[in-house]
Amino acid sequence: MSIQPVKTGGKHTLSVLVENKPGVLARVAALFSRRGFNIESLAVGPTEHDEVSRMTVVVNLENTPLEQVTKQLNKLVEVIKIVELEPESRVQRALMLVKITATTETRSQVLDTIQLFRAKVVDVSTDTVIVQLAGNTGKLNDFLRVIEPFGIRELSQSGMVGMGRGSRSISERSLRSVAVPAPPSAV
Amino acid sequence: MSEQMTGAQSLIKSLEAAGAENIFGIPGGAILPAYDPLMDSKIRHILVRHEQGAGHAAQGYAAATGKVGVCMATSGPGATNLVTPLADANMDSVPMVAITGQVGAAMIGTDAFQEADIKGITMPVTKHSFLITDPAEIPLRVAEAFHLASTGRPGPVLVDVTKSALQATTTYRWPTELHLPGYRPVTRPHAKQIREAARLMLEAKKPVLYVGGGTIRSGAHRELLALATLTGIPVVTTLMARGAFPDSHPQHLGMPGMHGTVPAVAGLQKSDLIISLGARFDDRVTGNLDSFAPNAKVIHADIDPAEIGKNRYADVPIVGDVREVLTDLIAVLTAEKEAGKEGDYEGWIAFVAGIKKAYPLGYDLPADGLSPQYVIERLGKISGEETIFTAGVGQHQMWAAQFIGYEHPNTWINSGGLGTMGYSVPAAMGAKVGCPDSTVWSIDGDGCFQMTNQELATCAIEGIPIKVAIINNDNLGMVRQWQTLFYGERYSNTNLQSHGQPKRIPDFPKLAEAMGCVGLACDSAEDVDATIEKAMEINDMPVVVDFRVNKDAMVWPMVAAGSSNDEIQYARDLAPEFDEDDL
Repeated sequence: MSIQPVKTGGKHTLSVLVENKPGVLARVAALFSRRGFNIESLAVGPTEHDEVSRMTVVVNLENTPLEQVTKQLNKLVEVIKIVELEPESRVQRALMLVKITATTETRSQVLDTIQLFRAKVVDVSTDTVIVQLAGNTGKLNDFLRVIEPFGIRELSQSGMVGMGRGSRSISERSLRSVAVPAPPSAV
Repeated sequence: MSEQMTGAQSLIKSLEAAGAENIFGIPGGAILPAYDPLMDSKIRHILVRHEQGAGHAAQGYAAATGKVGVCMATSGPGATNLVTPLADANMDSVPMVAITGQVGAAMIGTDAFQEADIKGITMPVTKHSFLITDPAEIPLRVAEAFHLASTGRPGPVLVDVTKSALQATTTYRWPTELHLPGYRPVTRPHAKQIREAARLMLEAKKPVLYVGGGTIRSGAHRELLALATLTGIPVVTTLMARGAFPDSHPQHLGMPGMHGTVPAVAGLQKSDLIISLGARFDDRVTGNLDSFAPNAKVIHADIDPAEIGKNRYADVPIVGDVREVLTDLIAVLTAEKEAGKEGDYEGWIAFVAGIKKAYPLGYDLPADGLSPQYVIERLGKISGEETIFTAGVGQHQMWAAQFIGYEHPNTWINSGGLGTMGYSVPAAMGAKVGCPDSTVWSIDGDGCFQMTNQELATCAIEGIPIKVAIINNDNLGMVRQWQTLFYGERYSNTNLQSHGQPKRIPDFPKLAEAMGCVGLACDSAEDVDATIEKAMEINDMPVVVDFRVNKDAMVWPMVAAGSSNDEIQYARDLAPEFDEDDL
């Protein structure tokens, strides 16, 4: 019996370059849903090229090989390129906004904690502050754990975005437009 | 080359430019503007009775001719009625373009009359889909749709056009090039993979060619025959590949799978090398995947990389068009043969030949009533090897796959992956439009037939003389078979007749007559040949033959769902025995 030497299990971060067209996000999301791939985080935004958007998808795979995910994604006509960002060679960040209870009694402690994490206060009211923090999942979770006793009133978090370290760009070669000749008109 | 015209004119002109010769469809509000210029077009429009019929007809047309099938419907319910054929075409890799009307661009999202988000609805079941709101895009999108449908792994493409785009004035310009940066199908196989495959083939002792529908879609039947002849390797053809390799060929072991032949199932199961050509290790072929062909290495050639390694690990993956893969394999293996290197499969070939001899396909004649297998066998024999057969889904489909000898590709057209009941009659209509000089027999069950038989009216009116053989056992036969085998003979909702009443409802020959066809009936073995011959003589109108068959006939061999292929039953409670001592 052949043994399957494939990558399964765990989390993988994929950078997906897609055509900037209506419905692409729906296509990608629907693909993940119908094939039973779990999305842990998804972020979409523009790139340095107007016609291209970039998605960062964190997938959490139980039994599916990663290869099957990338192959199915690649079948979508509007998906141009997929690169897995390996943990050791990537930068990965999410942005979080947290509204924290900060009364006159607790405010100075809250602010100390915020400073420890190099987070930023972006809004203040009489009994709350809104804090902005960017980082990887570990850092964001640590911050939440420490700040939780003060009272989290509201939490909003972006999807993870990521990029490979070093000078190479994933969009350099893949975006050269390759034209195929259209079939000649039959009339 | 640019001309001013309406979006509707641009759409019809674009379809002409893309090479469409026939469209199956029904007009309605949103698509109405397109039907006006269609009246003056050289494209033949076949007015069907239900959009599902239009979709399956486009599939049958495409499967019979290899060209892109085209269907057309209006927005909302017209479009949603196309969902089943689109899903069917997606599963069976049928090149097809569906044009749907959409409500005016300003109305989208307002829950307007006959509005449905058909692009959203069909996303999971199409190769690609477009919504056109800007009439200037029409020629480019139509060109892209035909390109996508017919290249790489073929499939259905939906083009949804708003009524506002159809009504607006625009410029028609057929594109000279297409920019699809994310679509680059690989057709040329990698030379290194071909050499590796050839090496495995020469080393193997028990290889088998596992031929799937991709071999037919790529038109690789000649190359397949050449490779089989060159190497002597036994061949199995899946349900989608019947006809890719001549049934009369001594190396052919038949169809593998749940209702496959014993030699085909055993051939895969006991092999040490599976050479998969445009097949996808479907669950109906592999049975329980963990115990499927446990000692086999796998060479998996497919144009769709996602199929490779999806269900079964591939030792040698080859991404490419099957025809090119075979051409390259033949070249390498011919050179090896000239250098004196050949595979040694003698013991294996003798082993599978022994199984083939010991376990031929067959059936028991019922004590009373007409045998459905006999009817189908005679249909194949009398109508000849050039005949195109279509089938619905169920017992009649399996018997048609088993008891008709297929010698040529594209002569067997059925719904394999999706298993769509009602496929047969409209698919036959499409096949006959594509191949007017061929005899086209729709083999159908009485359950299937009652889903889509209204297209017989289309056939009668449009002059499409198909022939329909209803294998009428008054029951949903395959479901009944499962109830017999797995539900203690409790026949819940499979009897299509009223209980205890002698009258058959509907009366199929009368129904056929009512729709402008010739209606015939046959209920005894002695009359089968004469009835078929009578049907064969009628070529100016559709013929429907109601073959009233015994309802207890069952499809054998059988591997029960989820079981290992080792558990194949040759007939009920009869497991084949293999003498493997010689291997």
